[in-house]
Amino acid sequence: MCLGVPGRVVSVEGLVATVDFWGVRRAVRLELVDEPVQAGDYVLNHVGFAIRRIPEEDIQGTLDLYESLLRGDGDLMAADVRAELEANPEQSPDA
Amino acid sequence: MPEGADSRQLKFRDPARARDLGRALTAAAEAMGRTVSLMHVCGSHEQAIARYGLRASFPRSLDVIMGPGCPVCITDTPEVDEGVALARQGVTIATYGDMVKVPGTVLSLGDAQAEGAKVEVVYSVTQAVELARATREPVVFFATGFETTAVATAAALLGGVPDNFSVLSAHKYIPPVMEIVAEMPGSKVEGFLAAGHAATITGWGVFEAFVERHKLPVVVAGFEPLDILAALVKLVELVRDRKPEVVNMFPRCVTREGNRNAQEQLFKVFRPAGGRWRGIAHVPNGNLRLRDEWAHVDARRRFDIDLRPLWKFAPPALVQDCICGDIMAGIANPKQCKLFGKECVPDTPVGACMVSSEGTCKIWHLYGGVPDLSSSDAPQGEVRP
Ligand code: SF4
Repeated sequence: MCLGVPGRVVSVEGLVATVDFWGVRRAVRLELVDEPVQAGDYVLNHVGFAIRRIPEEDIQGTLDLYESLLRGDGDLMAADVRAELEANPEQSPDA
Repeated sequence: MPEGADSRQLKFRDPARARDLGRALTAAAEAMGRTVSLMHVCGSHEQAIARYGLRASFPRSLDVIMGPGCPVCITDTPEVDEGVALARQGVTIATYGDMVKVPGTVLSLGDAQAEGAKVEVVYSVTQAVELARATREPVVFFATGFETTAVATAAALLGGVPDNFSVLSAHKYIPPVMEIVAEMPGSKVEGFLAAGHAATITGWGVFEAFVERHKLPVVVAGFEPLDILAALVKLVELVRDRKPEVVNMFPRCVTREGNRNAQEQLFKVFRPAGGRWRGIAHVPNGNLRLRDEWAHVDARRRFDIDLRPLWKFAPPALVQDCICGDIMAGIANPKQCKLFGKECVPDTPVGACMVSSEGTCKIWHLYGGVPDLSSSDAPQGEVRP
């Protein structure tokens, strides 16, 4: 499922960002993102590429949504989000 | 939401809002006084609809059809054959997981793998490139998916790949197929739900010309059940008011012009070309093929792909009864296929729609078809936590 999971940028090195998805760190490529990205920004990830920098005003809403998804809350979609996080394996930042 | 809808099936984070939206949808649809057919073109939408049992809450007069929105399902048989032929010629094929089981004319990539061919499942194109870096053998990335994944392939190529890496592109572009479905004789579709992630790339503006030409409304929707319900309410209202417009109900991800940077990279590497979508039709501009400048990484031009050895066998007879195409065109549903749940199940799929987690037949099989709780002869929905 292409949820486009959001994550917080920890650091940027060239065209690869280290992004934190609820404690899990992944290398995410930045070639496709719509705006310049820096540490502290939130991005949407799709198959290992950031496809959007989430605008300031939308961050909280998006995070709340995913927080509640990941807590489970008996929500049926939580499994999809977890699967998507797990499907994105650790990538070496020099990829 | 009709009384009696099984509450076990409807676990929303915000049940009150879901109920309100359900009521609004019922009221809007019933006020039409006739059946309204809407189509979505996204496997993730179908998953959410099936998983949350949303169909059981739709009013009877509302028909929500899954169109050609599953990238695996519309990858054409000859495209799978090309991958299989290359694999049997000794090339390593790297591809997304769902592709391995998709039947070709005779063999799937999984069958070829069982015969000893090298087939690797990857999560992203980046992994396929790493695979090539780790070896001298030729590695071909069998690239499937819509514009959302095609942009990743494009970025990887623009970023530089080793000499032994090539791409067999089966990428598809969604907007043109909506034209085909809208023009299909017998099509009852009165409005489209567009997929939020594809629109993140293309922008919602890409649908304006479509709306102008066909006088059919398009609503861009996210993937949360509440997103989908709200978008359906909007779409029924647009049909009712005869307002052919594009409405963006997913503004946190989608803008009018979309992701320009990604679009630029996409079309630097790919050009739209006509081609078949499995079971649907020849779709003008519906395929993404590598441009001439990228001939050196184009598997079709680098390798002599010989399909003849595959044609020595007769195709499995059952395939002729598969109606995936009609299902994706919105004129049939899986229950009308005589193989559904019998000869054709996820472990031994006959058609591509039973393979992918985004395929209509697979989804209906997993979740028990239309979980129609008010009718006793309907298959009971299976509730998965
Ligand atoms: S059930 Fe199987 S054979 Fe029938 S339409 Fe679906 S994929 Fe094709």
